[in-house]
Amino acid sequence: MDLTLHVWRQKGPKDKGKLATYKATDISPDMSFLEMMDVVNEGLIKQGIEPVAFDHDCREGICGTCSQVINGDPHGPQAKTTVCQLHMRQFKDGDEIYIEPWRSRAFPVIRDLVVDRSAMDRLIQAGGYVSVSTGGVPDANAILIPKDDAETAMDAAECIGCGACVAACPNGSAMLFVASKVGQLAKLPQGRAEAARRVCTMTDAMIEEGFGNCSNHYDCEAACPKGISVKFIAQLNREYIMALPKGYKEKE
Amino acid sequence: MPLKHLIRSAVGRKLFMAATGFILFGFVVAHLLGNLSIYLGADGINAYARHLHQLEPLLWVFRLGLLAAVGLHVLFGIILTLENRSARPVAYKRKKHPRSSLAGRTMIYSGLLLATFIGLHLLHFTFRTIGPQIEMLNGDMPNVFRMIVDSFRQAGYALTYVAAMTVLFFHISHGFASLFQTSGINNEVTLPWLGRLSRTVAIILAAGFVSIPVLIFFGLVIK
Ligand code: HEM
Ligand code: SF4
Ligand code: FES
Repeated sequence: MDLTLHVWRQKGPKDKGKLATYKATDISPDMSFLEMMDVVNEGLIKQGIEPVAFDHDCREGICGTCSQVINGDPHGPQAKTTVCQLHMRQFKDGDEIYIEPWRSRAFPVIRDLVVDRSAMDRLIQAGGYVSVSTGGVPDANAILIPKDDAETAMDAAECIGCGACVAACPNGSAMLFVASKVGQLAKLPQGRAEAARRVCTMTDAMIEEGFGNCSNHYDCEAACPKGISVKFIAQLNREYIMALPKGYKEKE
Repeated sequence: MPLKHLIRSAVGRKLFMAATGFILFGFVVAHLLGNLSIYLGADGINAYARHLHQLEPLLWVFRLGLLAAVGLHVLFGIILTLENRSARPVAYKRKKHPRSSLAGRTMIYSGLLLATFIGLHLLHFTFRTIGPQIEMLNGDMPNVFRMIVDSFRQAGYALTYVAAMTVLFFHISHGFASLFQTSGINNEVTLPWLGRLSRTVAIILAAGFVSIPVLIFFGLVIK
């Protein structure tokens, strides 16, 4: 099939950037979206045009690197699917496709569709971990965890840190990402100890990094390739309320 | 936890929005129940107004509390909205909204329209600086029934109130469900129907308020 692509081209963080229009011809419906982009890039190279820079790594939906807003949907039109797992059979011959980077103040564009997502790493550094004392390796089943809690924690742990929730959110908020980490760790006895501090430090870091606040719009859940539920945001809010009486020390 | 942290936190400020929104919502419900006494005729609503004024000192406590709630709600509403806007300096050329509602994304506009309406409404029925002249009943109590009926016989007033209550519908249709999510009272069981409940509550409230100017304007039920 033949398609018309409108792709965001931006030379660097300082460049204003604009949409460029390219033809994608003889595309097989069995190609993945990224394979289609590879074909288009080969064509551009032959014409002496700089190929479109885009992020990708595993191409099997687990690393969270691929990141494109396709016709207004982060990760494209198919629910619970990363760009790399999206196939061209989701499109029709003659379609016009708009491809843009994640847009957020916290994610500066490096080039074309590639953005700098290290702000999310700093959110994790702010509290998305459990402190473990050095010493012998604890016995795997020494701490019993109720099955329901383990499963809820695993649901939250499915987050691959792609940032589509931020890209989808009308407020550019990272609340779903933060909530998935807060929710996962708060459900487990190992994470419970630091739960109160974690919810404060992570949500504070979110504002410091320039992400927006949550207005309960839920576009994040629709965009999330792992289907992380906004119930974790409700849980985050609950964790914050429970942290209130504990008193929170600013950075130590 | 120091208040200082609460008013800077992403969650803390939303808790202020929810707490003040809850107070305003409670007031709106109580106000509607009071207004419905107009269906008992002139005696009904005038008796209600008289009882309300007999609570005088307590009434002022309520009024000041409401004023504080509105003030905080507007203040944090504006701060949050400005911050959220600045989180996306470059807009998308194409953007879909698969889950969010128009009502949700325009809370600041419905909110500011409501603030304008509240000002107008106070000038109209509380300070009586606008609207038709009305007689006083024994002492300084206005004839509330006549005041309302004479106003809503005029298309301008009836339409303004109907429009304002439509705006209220939009604000509550997102706000009511938001209350639960923000205060953490939400999970996978309640999530699917909370949105629908919210729209139903908003419809009932708005329809209750709207019924009064509409029925008066067309001269139905209330003569
Ligand atoms: C009758 C008056 C009002 C009622 C009953 C009301 C109710 C509510 C409720 C219940 C919420 C949800 C809070 C939450 O997220 O948990 C809300 C949110 C909001 N209100 Fe109001 N409100 C009123 C007036 C106003 C006014 C005058 C403004 C003007 C600025 C305003 C601006 C907002 C904004 C911007 C939000 C969304 C905040 C966010 O989620 O980012 N509201 N309101
Ligand atoms: S919550 Fe979903 S959309 Fe957000 S970073 Fe994690 S996997 Fe990506
Ligand atoms: S490239 Fe790894 S998830 Fe898409």
